[in-house]
Amino acid sequence: MTDATRNLLLYALIGLIGLLAPYLAPAFRIQMALLWMMILFALTWDLGGGQMGYNSFGNIVFFGIGCYAAAVVQRELFFTVEGQPQATGDLATTSPLFNYFNGFAVGLALAVIIALAVAAALGSGILGLRGHYFAICTLGVGIAAGEIASGWGYIGAGSGMVAPIFPGHPSQAALFFYYLFFVLAVICFFTLKGLYASRFGLAINAIRDDEDKAEAMGIHTTRYKTVAWCIAAFFLALAGGAFGHLNNFIDREVAFPGITFGVWMVLMAILGGKGTLWGPVIGATIFHVTQELFWTYLLGWQRVALGVLIVVIVVFFPLGIMGWLRERWPEKFGETVDLEARTAPISLRESQ
Amino acid sequence: MTPILEVRGVTKAFGGLVANDNISLTVPKGSIVGLMGPNGSGKTTLFNSIVGYHPIDRGSIAFEGREIAKLRVPEIARLGLLRTFQQTRIYSKMSCLENMQISVPDTRDGLRTMFSKVPPAVTEQAEGLLEFVGLHPKRHLRGGELSFGQRKLLELAMALMHEPKLLLLDEPTAGINPVLINNLIDRLKRINADLGVTLFVIEHNMRVIMKLAEHIYCLAHGQLLADGPPEEIQTDQRVIDAYLGAA
Repeated sequence: MTDATRNLLLYALIGLIGLLAPYLAPAFRIQMALLWMMILFALTWDLGGGQMGYNSFGNIVFFGIGCYAAAVVQRELFFTVEGQPQATGDLATTSPLFNYFNGFAVGLALAVIIALAVAAALGSGILGLRGHYFAICTLGVGIAAGEIASGWGYIGAGSGMVAPIFPGHPSQAALFFYYLFFVLAVICFFTLKGLYASRFGLAINAIRDDEDKAEAMGIHTTRYKTVAWCIAAFFLALAGGAFGHLNNFIDREVAFPGITFGVWMVLMAILGGKGTLWGPVIGATIFHVTQELFWTYLLGWQRVALGVLIVVIVVFFPLGIMGWLRERWPEKFGETVDLEARTAPISLRESQ
Repeated sequence: MTPILEVRGVTKAFGGLVANDNISLTVPKGSIVGLMGPNGSGKTTLFNSIVGYHPIDRGSIAFEGREIAKLRVPEIARLGLLRTFQQTRIYSKMSCLENMQISVPDTRDGLRTMFSKVPPAVTEQAEGLLEFVGLHPKRHLRGGELSFGQRKLLELAMALMHEPKLLLLDEPTAGINPVLINNLIDRLKRINADLGVTLFVIEHNMRVIMKLAEHIYCLAHGQLLADGPPEEIQTDQRVIDAYLGAA
């Protein structure tokens, strides 16, 4: 079996499981929707943190922008919910133009536009910082975003705001959001897969390995870094918009959960293997499942167990699962390591 | 011959230490020019000043007649003035081939170029240049797995991938197996003659610089001590004193 067919089979299998899962385990629809969201988190974080070497703790900002933007659009495009009694005494009927789904689509579009603008503006400033300085600065940006959200009356300030209720049975809502997150995660995966195989992938890897060298070689480093951040912002804004609607209620704790989602996205990518395509997917899956098990079976100690898990990840898997596998069996990852190549003498034949 | 690089009165001080004091020199187009001097004489500082790594205090630097003293490193690189590093810099977690592929000039990268695959022609050119520096068998190894000398060769090949007009080489033979040095000199001469790349070389190895350079500048204590053809520099008493200490 060639690599290509094996990959195709693997994608088909995962795709099939993804499509059937909400029917196989209807009770876990929301949990599984969140699993796809976690995978998206880890993938987008790894784009900057793993592939480009820029460890950001502020990516959650784009998620929060998505949450709020989508909900605000729904509120401003005020529409009636089908079957709801109106002031006139009639029951409302769905307007073809102003309904939940159209409002949601417009909200997501606006969420993306705002997130991209913020990513480009912030990026041109703070992506000039290197190493720890960048990490600390993004941490500050994340906290600042939360503070702004909790003080801004238009978006509900401290008391938060509600997104409209899904028009339909809650189980349908779960199904809708499950497939939404599933499709988002799949698109995100294949977008990144394509990007990593292009000049863009090589350039951000070069920035990770030695940014001074990349600059000395004339690579437009700032442009690549900003574009990378914008791609992460794009997917996070969509995820945020969807999550706000799924959750119905939005405040700073929901939209800018820096110490939960914000840290988890880093941990999941590290657990799975920074700078690999599959690492974040594997890391997110293991992390999310383990975490849910902790909540179920270790209630009261779930945070302690999570803390222990984090320590174990950092101490025993500094390279992550994929990184560890890659060190162990490099030939399986397309790295030629035959002794011949390693020990081949360097010969410079005389000029012909 | 028309000058490709003209350095006029360049001064660079770090605090109280004047690393380059009023240095003026010219590199003619198509030539190989050497830069030598004892440790700490300001050779690498001069290279850093030329490629825009740090701002200079005084003076002017012209590349192909264009003032570049105020430009930043990537801008200067894109003009076709490239340098290699004394402490060799390569992308250590990428394969040698990938190191080469990303080193093509990054001049017109709109989103389409950024997101496109590496063209086969580039890969072909990369393999050819790896063959040229003798690293072809190791092309799939990660950069970080190469020895120091091999990294030097890779860095040289990467620079050639960029098709520079002027290449500043900071000690190209340091750490290279002595048996290979002769062949490397031959390679550098071919880079100059066949590929038309002007070379400006910092070199400590006397034998190398004498064989390679047509004209040599010698620095000492941040000042230009002497310049001339290799035979003249070799016998210049001031140069000998600077290296060995005056009696």
